[in-house]
Parts: sequence; structure tokens; C-alpha cells
Amino acid sequence: MSPLGVRWGEIKMRLRHHFEELRRSGDGGLIVFITGGDPTIEVTIKVVLELAYAGVDAIEIGIPFSDPLADGPVIQASSERALCSGTTIQALLSAVSEIREHTDIPLIFMSYFNPVLQYGLERFAMDCHDVGIDGVLITDLPPEEASEWIESARRHSIDTVFLLAPTSTDERVKMVAQVSDGFIYCVSRTGITGEREKLPEDLGELVKRIRHFTDKPIAVGFGVSSPEHVRSILTQTEADAVVVGSAVVRRMHEWLSSSSDAYVWSSLRQFASSLKEATLRVKPKAGEG
Amino acid sequence: MTVTKVALPDAKGRFGKYGGMYVPETLVYPLQQLCEEYEAAKSDPKFQAELESLLRDYAGRPTPLYFARRLSERLGLKVYLKREDLCHTGAHKINNTLGQALLAKRMGKRRLIAETGAGQHGVATATAAALLGLECDIYMGEEDMKRQALNVFRMRLLGARVIPVCSGSRTLKDAINEAMRDWVTNVRNTHYVIGSVVGPHPYPMIVRDFQSVIGRETREQIIAIEGRLPDYVIACVGGGSNSIGIFYPFIPDEGVKLIGVEAAGKGIVTGMHAATLVAGTEGVLHGAYSFVLQDKHGQIRTTHSISAGLDYPGVGPEHAYLKATGRATYVAATDEEALDAFKLLAETEGILPALEPAHAIAYLVKLSHSLRSNDIVIVCLSGRGDKDVEVVMRALGMSEQTLQAD
Repeated sequence: MSPLGVRWGEIKMRLRHHFEELRRSGDGGLIVFITGGDPTIEVTIKVVLELAYAGVDAIEIGIPFSDPLADGPVIQASSERALCSGTTIQALLSAVSEIREHTDIPLIFMSYFNPVLQYGLERFAMDCHDVGIDGVLITDLPPEEASEWIESARRHSIDTVFLLAPTSTDERVKMVAQVSDGFIYCVSRTGITGEREKLPEDLGELVKRIRHFTDKPIAVGFGVSSPEHVRSILTQTEADAVVVGSAVVRRMHEWLSSSSDAYVWSSLRQFASSLKEATLRVKPKAGEG
Repeated sequence: MTVTKVALPDAKGRFGKYGGMYVPETLVYPLQQLCEEYEAAKSDPKFQAELESLLRDYAGRPTPLYFARRLSERLGLKVYLKREDLCHTGAHKINNTLGQALLAKRMGKRRLIAETGAGQHGVATATAAALLGLECDIYMGEEDMKRQALNVFRMRLLGARVIPVCSGSRTLKDAINEAMRDWVTNVRNTHYVIGSVVGPHPYPMIVRDFQSVIGRETREQIIAIEGRLPDYVIACVGGGSNSIGIFYPFIPDEGVKLIGVEAAGKGIVTGMHAATLVAGTEGVLHGAYSFVLQDKHGQIRTTHSISAGLDYPGVGPEHAYLKATGRATYVAATDEEALDAFKLLAETEGILPALEPAHAIAYLVKLSHSLRSNDIVIVCLSGRGDKDVEVVMRALGMSEQTLQAD
């Protein structure tokens, strides 16, 4: 049972069920991104479990890449640390198997295309399914280049999450909304990942434009850095969820480099809970709106 | 694969199976816009006239096709050098940056950004920006800034900001990553002037088209001088812009053998090289499917070459296509062979070549043993060597010490 009381019977529908349940409850969703293997696989397993216990709704595990060109300095550095400790797709798949013995939280792999391409698209989709990954988001693979990947993913019941950005035209919004499964990842601003002081002013407009074309869940990411950001996105836009990445990755790195073990984990739990707290009761419950 | 007669790339930006547009969503629409704007510019006589006049009156085109008499005698064949080193700013890079800067202006973008390895493309971009009154930021790996300090200063004199890149291997690959990050952030007012035939569609096509002026001139010149086509065209390949520029107009001439020379660094077997087509495998880097130097997990490998301009783990998708179809052949020359060739050209012809085309000269020397005295070989001398004098001095100084120690 998850903190929301959803039964995770059907593995392949995990993301969809979770978002449906969130809509019924009137809460927003919190998705946390971490780089897999930063600084080691063991730490990643522990982080995922702690985040799950803290009530996070889904976790994106980044597959580290040598040339992360959509990422800011925090995720770049975390990818370097992960690669330094020898993190590979195989190692992350085994880690997910281990995680799955303890939690049913929806898990998404986020990757650049080349590591997945070298692993083999079909093999990757199959292995993801076998270990219990729910969805995959490939940052530099727009739908135009993704037909082979989408086929493999569908065959193995892996949700294919795609991105939309402020520069996406209406035509693209329609097309991406059609092929994106699980949820649609809305990039809040033109730019790279990383913490920001403020949310972009035109974010509401962007989410509204996406909502106009689809009823699928929308998660807003890039620059979402604090509980205040989380609450204002969820109350002021039509987004279903938020993604927090660099804010968690940076803190974890700082805690790990300077604090005692117990402090690291209690700090993580506390920060994740404060983010999750900001997602509660942000929407009218379904049927009340 | 066979060579198709249809113009490439296709509508999806593919050269056969290579190329494409593997970019984050934010960049897809801007790239589509760039495609449209470029097509419009291509068929706009005013744009073409403006570019032509800049190439002629400002960049100094056409560049000579020079018969290298003493080098020819030494090697026992007929060697012609396409003198791109005589272009304004000292390399072929200006052909592309003038074209792209005009394109940027047409699109109403007031800021140019670029990556640079050896610094030649950075200088050429800064030059075009100064000429057209545009802002200019250049990303350059910290390691390359050390290797090419003179070019860093030149860019600054031209009014550009040079931004050091300290991530990854601190060379060209990382400068491209950083320029992409800037572009994805400032795409609404900024044009990214990619310096080679790499990156997502339409860049490999745009850069090729702007650089193919080299091959068009060469083809006319050799026919005018010799009354026939050459037997070989040789050019160095990093990302592959000067080589595609000189190869492209010769592709339909099936009797002309096209040879691209990559950087074998300290030797292919040492792993310290940048010979992507010779020793790499297929993959996606910087937005295109092509050959890449990578490990079995798809992580991009660090490369080595004495020449900063060839020190890159990827290569243009059209070269991958020319390799796959067999239309062009790709080989590699080591740092040491390039240094020998550098000296050879200096001593026989009074020309200091850039270390990049010194690789092409190095292969010419090897090839010459199997050629006849009437064979005509054209080498693209893509840039001049002033920028490399310090590197060469250090490298030769070291090898002389080694000799003495032996």
C-alpha cells in the first residue's frame, strides 16, 4: 500500500493509477529526480527508499551520461560522480530490482539517448519492465526520432514520457500529448536544469495551453526549488505535479560531504516531507470543482 | 548502402541512416524555424548576392589553387594545394560564419554564440559578428585556451567574450555542450553558429552548403589548369567541415577518390586519438546519429590530438554516409606524422600549415609511394599555422631532447 492507499496490483498502470488517485484526493503530485549512482549505487537505493517513505509520489532516476547537455552544473557534477563510481544501466537495473522488494512507488528512468541506444532499445524496454520500471523519459529524443523506441516501450508496457517546452508550438503540443504516456513533462522555461529564485511568469499560460489539448497529467519541472515553488505551481496552474531535481541533488551532495550518516537521512526525509506537504490540498477534489 | 542520386539530407535531416535531430524539446521548433529560414535564404537572390560579395571583397575569395612545385618534385607526383589558409582570418571557417551571421541577421537574432577548438572558428565568428554589428560569446575549453592563447586574444580584440569551459575534458566537445546549454536558454534572441558539419539537422547541411564554395572553386580551377579532374582529393577531418566543403562538388565525379584524414594522436592502438570514423562506432552525440568514440556503455570517450581542431569524438553524419557508401575513404595520421608534414611543407614550399591540414599532408606523403608522376592530388590546406607555432615548438623541442637522450 502506498501512503495514499492505492493498491499497486497492475504494474503497467502504476503511473496512471497514481495520478488518477491524486486527482480524486485533491492533492498535487511530487516527483523527485536524483542521478542514479551519485555517488554510489548503494546510496541511490537508500535515497529512493527514504523518498518513498517520505511520501514522494514518484521518483525519476537519472542514468548518468558523459555529455548531459540539457543539464545545469548541479546535475552535471552529479553525473560525473556517478560515472566515477562506475554506474551503468545494468547496475541501475539491479538496483531497481532491489528497491522493488521494498516499495511500489512509481519509478521512471530519465536518460540521454546514447546510453540507451548502445544498450539496445528492445533489450532496455524489456529489462526495465522486468525489474519494475514504470516509465522512461529520454531527454534528447523528441517524438519525431522516437518511433522505434515507442514501439519497443509499448511492447513491454513501459510508459514513454515526453517533454513540452515554452518553445513548443500548438501543433507540437498536440502531437506530444498524444504519444506521451503516464504524464507529460512540462519544461517550465527555455534553459537547462537547475535551481532558480523565481518561477517564470508565463508558466500558467504554458500549462493552460497544454491542458487545452489534453487531459493527461502534466508535471512541471526545471527550476522548481522550494516548497513555495511547489505550492504556487500546483495552486496557480493546472499542473498535476511538480518535478524537483537539482534542489535535492545539491542538498544530498552537501549533506553527504559534511554530515554524519544519521543527519543526512533525517535531513533528506525532512526536506522531502516539506516538499510533499506543499502538494497537499492544492486542488478542488474531483467532482467538487 | 549505395549512393543515392537524390539530394541529401532528406526531409528528416538524414544522410542514409545518419543525421537527424536528437535534441531536447526546447530546441525542436527553433531548429525547424532555422530550416525554413535557411531554405528561404537559399532561394533569395539578395541574400546570395550579399554573401557572395562578402566572400569576394571581405574574405578574399576565390582562394588560389596552387601548384606546389617543390613538394611535387619531392614526392614524385602533381600536388595542388587549395589555399584556404589565405582566407581572411587564416582558415576556411570564415566561409561558414559569414553565411550564418547573415542568416542570424535575417532571423532578427542580435547575438551570436559559438564553440571553438583551435580557436579558428571562434575568431571567424567574432569577425563576422564585428562586421555585422552583432553581440558575440565564444565557448572554449580551458585546455584549448591554453593551447591556443593567441586566438583567445584575437577573439577578445574583435570584441567577443571568450567563456572558458571547465567541464568534462575541457576541449571542443565540452565547448559544444556549453554552447548548446546557452542556446537552449537564450534561443529567442541568439543564433548558435556551429562551426562544423556536426550537430542536429539542419546544421550539417547548412555548414556543408556554405563550405562547398571550396570544392566548387577547386573543381573549376583544376579543370582550367589541367584540363581534367584530379585523381585524389585529400582533406583533414575533425568534425569534417573543410573536407565536406571540398569533397561535396566532387561526389558525382566517381573517378575522383576522396580521402579524409583523421587524427591518430599517439597511435590508434594507444586509445589516445580522435579517429572517429577509423576507430569509432555508431551512436548519437550532439544531436546527430553518426560515428562516435565511446565505450560499450555509450559514454563518450576523451580524445587526444596535437591539433585542437581535430580533437573531437564525433564526426559529421554526411561523412558517416560517405564512409558507409564507400564514396570516400577515411584514414588517420599521428601527431608525429603531422609534425613531420608541418616541417616538410615549411621547408619545401615556405608555407606553415595549421596542424589540422598537416594531417592531410602527412597522408599525402604516405600515399605518394603508390602513385605515378602524372597523378594529380589536391590537398585542402584548410588553415595557416601561425596559431600552432608554439605547440610545434614545444613538440619539436621535446622530440629533439629525446633524440639527444637516445
